[in-house]
Order: sequence, then structure tokens, then C-alpha cells
Amino acid sequence: MAQVLVVTSGKGGVGKTTSTAALGAALAHGGDKVVVVDFDVGLRNLDLVLGAERRVVFDLINVIHGVAKLPQALIRDKRLENLFLLPASQTRDKDALTDDGVANIIAELRRKFDWIICDSPAGIERGATLAMRHADAAIIVTNPEVSSVRDSDRIIGLLDSKTAKAERGERVDKHLLITRYHPGRAARGEMLSIDDVLEILSTPLLGIIPESEEVLRASNVGTPVTLNNALSAPARAYFDAARRLKGEGIPMLVPSESRGIFNKLFGRKAA
Amino acid sequence: MSSVDCQRQSLMFRARSYMAFAFTPQPPIVDWLKDLDAALDRSKGFFATRPVALDLSAVQLSPSAIGHLIASLEERNIRVLGIEGSAGIEGEAGLPPLLRSGRGSQSFELPKPSSATAAAATVVNAPPPKPQPTSLLIEQPVRSGQSVVFIEGDITVLGSVGSGAEIVAGGSIHVYGALRGRAIAGACGNPRARIFCHRVEAELLAIDCYYKTADDIDDSLRHRPAQIWLEGGTVKISAMN
Repeated sequence: MAQVLVVTSGKGGVGKTTSTAALGAALAHGGDKVVVVDFDVGLRNLDLVLGAERRVVFDLINVIHGVAKLPQALIRDKRLENLFLLPASQTRDKDALTDDGVANIIAELRRKFDWIICDSPAGIERGATLAMRHADAAIIVTNPEVSSVRDSDRIIGLLDSKTAKAERGERVDKHLLITRYHPGRAARGEMLSIDDVLEILSTPLLGIIPESEEVLRASNVGTPVTLNNALSAPARAYFDAARRLKGEGIPMLVPSESRGIFNKLFGRKAA
Repeated sequence: MSSVDCQRQSLMFRARSYMAFAFTPQPPIVDWLKDLDAALDRSKGFFATRPVALDLSAVQLSPSAIGHLIASLEERNIRVLGIEGSAGIEGEAGLPPLLRSGRGSQSFELPKPSSATAAAATVVNAPPPKPQPTSLLIEQPVRSGQSVVFIEGDITVLGSVGSGAEIVAGGSIHVYGALRGRAIAGACGNPRARIFCHRVEAELLAIDCYYKTADDIDDSLRHRPAQIWLEGGTVKISAMN
């Protein structure tokens, strides 16, 4: 059955788009049919991170307005044949998203794909609430830093009140993805520790992505980090997170200070 | 200014609940207004001197449509003091404020001018109001940006109260996790209300309009179980263990 995921955070710049692309590619790499949907109308980025910016013809807003059919707007990835992108419009703003339009698109995508991953814009306004509206599960991207954690707490509250599932009295599954984790700085107390973040947000952990130059390098060449260098530390962390999303029990490792080697077993079961 | 001692706590705002008539428009609004006119025919001007709140939970209206509805009611001598059940209008210019935590009361029938006795009978026959619960139990964490208001009594939270969340109780507040947000106990003027929490990291603690901010909480008390109460107009905190 198709799963609709929303990748959200409240705060900007924490790694939502990077994580959407990396997890989408990792799931597609495992053979599932995946579509990543950019909800950041007016400030789209997912096309760049996937290296599809030169092939955008129609977008989400065109489909909502009936200018194009959904299959015309879907862009197939050049590297993975079962990874697709539904780009956002760059010339419009979030008010162009309509409740019914989004509901229809998600319903149609559910019939065609195994995973529908919605990349939410920052904030808690229309774009963000519509991105989470039809989600079955949410990935909350958080940096180990107080402002990001408080914004994530706010978003978790909204997931429990503003989504279609919440309004039906059900619960949206929530997974916490901690990104830009720097073991050295956490050890020196310059960052919140993993335990602090989990204690504040009381949400099951999906993965810990270490801070790495690989992420920026991959973005700049328009490739998800999981495809650019699959053996790098962030790529392996994303692959593990993708497998946990599929229900596999992969032990959680906290990135340690010794470069690139995960050697400290984390005694906590994943989401 | 006279020689009144201007302390920080001298200006007090107290929340108080009142009874108002709640109108619940049903779609289509035009038909609902017609029904209202038919009902008002029996006792014109009944609502002119009474407070009326508008419960919009049954209809989906834009702010301008709500404005239009309020104008239509004003034409009928009905003044709307607040709106309930339409979260989207908060902060819209020109609209009355949003009301929360409304409680039901027995329904009311307009008095018929011809038979005052019949009206009296309606009131007598109305069932006695159910006793209201005096405590509210919240089993989930209260997240940043959420506000829990329970003027009728105590609030118990089993999880944590996040930074930027707010708990307002008419009675005492009990938090079995970390209290990182704001807690306002005794909100309707109850100086005997207290706040208990498993870990105090609060942004603001208030009892009966007297408050302490995070800066005023001694470092030695932070991150520990604590009890907060009011003594002679000062908020006191003590460790509990």
C-alpha cells in the first residue's frame, strides 16, 4: 500500500530538501517506486538537488489548475528509473495551492507509487500545512540546536491537530531525523546531545545524519547524497534510515568523533 | 499618579467567564437567517440587550463572509461579542475576538409574548445542568505553540510541556514531565492554586496574576521537581524531593 510521507521541520535550512532527495533515492534504489513532491511553491529547490532543473516543463500548480495532466508534470530521474519528481512552481506563491487540488494529486499519486515523499516548505503556513495534510507518516528533520528543536516541537503539535488523519481521530506516525550532527561539538557541549533532543521531543528516532562536506558536494552537482557517494557517512546513515522506514530493525549508531567510523552502539531501538 | 507603589505586579488582569447566547448558523446561511427572522418575529428586540456569540463550527466562511453575516445580524439588532469555532480568523481586522473553551448550557426557547406562563414552564422543566468536571487530564506532551485552557479546575499533564507552550488553569497545574513552557494557575483569581512539576525549566510561572519569569527562578532549583505557590503576593518555589 502506498505510504505518504511528509518531510517537515518548521525551521528553514535544517536539511528537509537534502533529506527528501536522499531518502527518495535510497528507497528507489531498493526497488520501490518513489515520487518526491516539492511543496515549496515560489522557492523550489528539490529540482536542483535532484539535478532535474533543466527538464521542468509543467509543475504542481499547473496540475492543480488543470493546465497539465499529472503524468506530464512528473520527471523521471536519469539515474534511477523508478524515482520521479513532481516539481513546484517557482513563479507562483503558496496561495496557488488549493485544498482540493492537493487532495486530488495525492490520491492519484497513491495509485501509481509505493512512496510519496512531500518536501514541506519551512514555516507553519499554507504550504507547510498542505504538505502535511494527507500524510500517513511524518519525518521531522531537526538539527541538534535549541531553535530547531523548539520549531520541531511546534510542528509535531500541528501534525497531531491539522492533518486529515488527526481530524479522523487517527495518529500520524512520527519519525525524528537528526541532521548536521557533529560528534566533536556535541561532546564539547556546543550542541545538544542526541539524548537531550529525544528527551525534549519524545519522538522515535529514525536516524542521525552526521555533518559532512559530502552533503554540500552532492547538492552542488545535483545528485542526492545517497547516489553521489554511497559509501560516505551521511549516505550510509540515510540508507539505514530508509530501511528503518520499511520496518527493518537496523541498530542505531551515534556517529563518533573518529572520522567516518560508526563505532558506538546506541542502545535505543529505532522508530 | 498618586503615591501608589508601582510594583510590577500592581496591574492585574483576571480572566472571568460569562454566559452568552451562542448562535450556530447552519448552511445555507440565507435559509438560516430566514429561520432566525421567523423566530425573532415572536419577540422582537429580545437579543438587543443580550450578549451573543457566534459558533461557526458548522459552516466554512471566509473572513469577509463572516463580516457580512455579522452585519446582517446587526441589522436585526443582534450584536456579536465574539466568534467560536473558526480558528482561521484570528487577528483578522474588523472581526470580534475568537472565543475558546466554551461550555454548553441548557438550550433556550424564545419567550412567546402571548403566554408568559408557557415560557416559565420551559425553564422549570429544563433538566438540571450536569455537574462540570473539575479536572482535565492530558496524556500527550503539550507541544510548543499549543495552549491548554481549563478555567473550571485543575490540569494534569502526563508528558512534558514544551518551550513556547502554555497551560492556563483555574485551579492547580500538575506536570509529570519537564515544564519548559508557561504555566498559569489560579487564572480566575484563586490564590490557593499551586503548580507542581517533575522538572522546572519554565519560561513563566504565574498564580492568580502574580508571576515569575525564567530569570527569577534560582539556578539551584532548575531541572528538579518543584512546587510553586503564592505567599503574601510573592510566587514561591521550593524543591520537592
